[in-house]
Amino acid sequence: MAATAPTIPGTATPGTTPPVRRRRPRMGAYALLVPATVLIAVALGYPLVRQFRISFQEYGLKQQFGAAPEWVGLQNYTDLLSDSYVWTVIARSIAFCLVNAAVTMLIGVALAVLMQRVGRGARITLQVSLLLAWGTPVLASMTVWQWLFDTQNGVINWTLANVFGLDSWAHHSWIIQPLSFFFVATVIVVWMSVPFVAFSIYAGLLQVPEETMEAAQLDGASPRQRFWGITIPMIRPVLSIVLLLQVIWDLKVFTQIYTLQRAGAPTRDTNLLGTLIYSYSKDFGTAGALATIMLVITLALTGFYIRQMLKEDEL
Amino acid sequence: MSTISAPTTVGPAPTNVGPARVRAAKTSEAGRSQSRMSRRLLSALAVVVALAWVFPIYWMVNSAFQPLNKLQAENPAWLPIGGTISNIRRVVNDGTFWQAMRTSLAVVVLVLVAALIFAFLAALAVSRFRFRGRKSFILAILVVQMIPAEGLFISQYQVLDGWGLVNKVAGLALVYTAAILPFTIWMLRGFVAGVPIELEEAGMVDGLSRVGAFFRITFPLLAPGLVAAGVFGFLQAWNEYTLALVVMTDPAQRTLPLWLQSLVESNRATDWGVVMAGSAVIAIPVIAFFLLVQGRMTSGLVSGAVKG
Repeated sequence: MAATAPTIPGTATPGTTPPVRRRRPRMGAYALLVPATVLIAVALGYPLVRQFRISFQEYGLKQQFGAAPEWVGLQNYTDLLSDSYVWTVIARSIAFCLVNAAVTMLIGVALAVLMQRVGRGARITLQVSLLLAWGTPVLASMTVWQWLFDTQNGVINWTLANVFGLDSWAHHSWIIQPLSFFFVATVIVVWMSVPFVAFSIYAGLLQVPEETMEAAQLDGASPRQRFWGITIPMIRPVLSIVLLLQVIWDLKVFTQIYTLQRAGAPTRDTNLLGTLIYSYSKDFGTAGALATIMLVITLALTGFYIRQMLKEDEL
Repeated sequence: MSTISAPTTVGPAPTNVGPARVRAAKTSEAGRSQSRMSRRLLSALAVVVALAWVFPIYWMVNSAFQPLNKLQAENPAWLPIGGTISNIRRVVNDGTFWQAMRTSLAVVVLVLVAALIFAFLAALAVSRFRFRGRKSFILAILVVQMIPAEGLFISQYQVLDGWGLVNKVAGLALVYTAAILPFTIWMLRGFVAGVPIELEEAGMVDGLSRVGAFFRITFPLLAPGLVAAGVFGFLQAWNEYTLALVVMTDPAQRTLPLWLQSLVESNRATDWGVVMAGSAVIAIPVIAFFLLVQGRMTSGLVSGAVKG
């Protein structure tokens, strides 16, 4: 397999000497940007433009076998947006995204503050444990959690039944009911996402100068006042970017939902935007329209926020 | 129902402020021992959270070494005492596992080479030069990361299909590289900006050319950043599932995550031991690799986010 691997177009071009020239630094700078820009344009930009174009076309099975795509205007969009099921999925996705991002941020900040306040041994224990969770491949995590929540021999059902005496949970099936399905999905997504948040914020906390805190303490600020009045404003840039990434990631969550669905959950009741787009994979026009709608939702959720960030931070 | 007393929640708030103020004003002996107490309690809490967080991974490893009859027993086996390596052996003796391993390795190597070189050049441009469009480029890098790749996969599949790159290592590597480039540039930008230009200039005063000064002075200082970015790319490419699912439809071209999912689907409810062994075999090298360099990854992100 490995032997047949051809090179990516463009790998050979940059060579070893970057074209930095003393006399014409401007041209040099642009030349340095070319490889990355071209690659992103080819593998991300072009599909994006193409998807946008196809979202205005009828592109079903017939077209995949060679028929010319038909322009249908906004047909795909009106079909989707007049379907109440699509709206249900959109609302569900946004709710899932906001709940997951909020829970992740809360736990992440709490653990970051905890890391700062505890002794060295406890801190390292917590950090190693979070790193282990962070480093685990998504698919491996998914299989472990499926096993933990397993109906017959899952250790969670066993614990609920035998430690907490809740016998009715003995052979509980977690992913059949939509609400319980999304609870499981949330547990998994939060478990995976918290380490990144906690470490980023902890790194931010370490940059808050000790002198400032001491000065505030001398001036009689309570720990709570110091936290909300000094710490939080000082780590705001980190908080913003982490929250932003979290919202984006949680809105486009796919792998976790897809693998849980494959484990036997009812697909229709548990679809989020990512899996719904995937389910349209035979009808490119509709899939493209829905993907465009998803992009618009992402921008709507994050656009204001990005503007704020750009205004405040010098890039 | 009748005994609900709502106002009690108001109580604790003011009492919390009191002792803290006292402590701040005069660090009395009592105050110090109290803070030592609370520190100890918090440490205990941290350890409990740590154990809860790591439990799934412990359980993966533990189950990987359990024979089937213990996994299906009435009570779970908490320790891998009297365990078996037959699960691991079944995974390692499986030809499809090694096939997937080869595919994954080929993809990862291609992605790393391309992403590191391209991102490094771009990071150099945005942090060492002032040029028109610089700010727009950085903005574009941010915005590109907002694109829901999960919404784009069908279109990416079509594009690759048009170029005959479906079920090809090169095709998957192409879309992976594009996906990780923005973040890699973002991260490396922080590292490059962290090396003061004055160092290079001092080298040039001592008679080095600009390129020479860069490679003799700045480049070695950037090595940790490149390693961190490399590991980040490695993890992304090694673990990615969605695009692989769409692009590698041929079972012979599966990457490791796809292989693991097929293992789950053929053994779920029948033999979780083998599934856990498969997960552990894939996860443990990655985790080890990750532990080695994560510190630099986080600091790279934060400095990329905070510094200019």
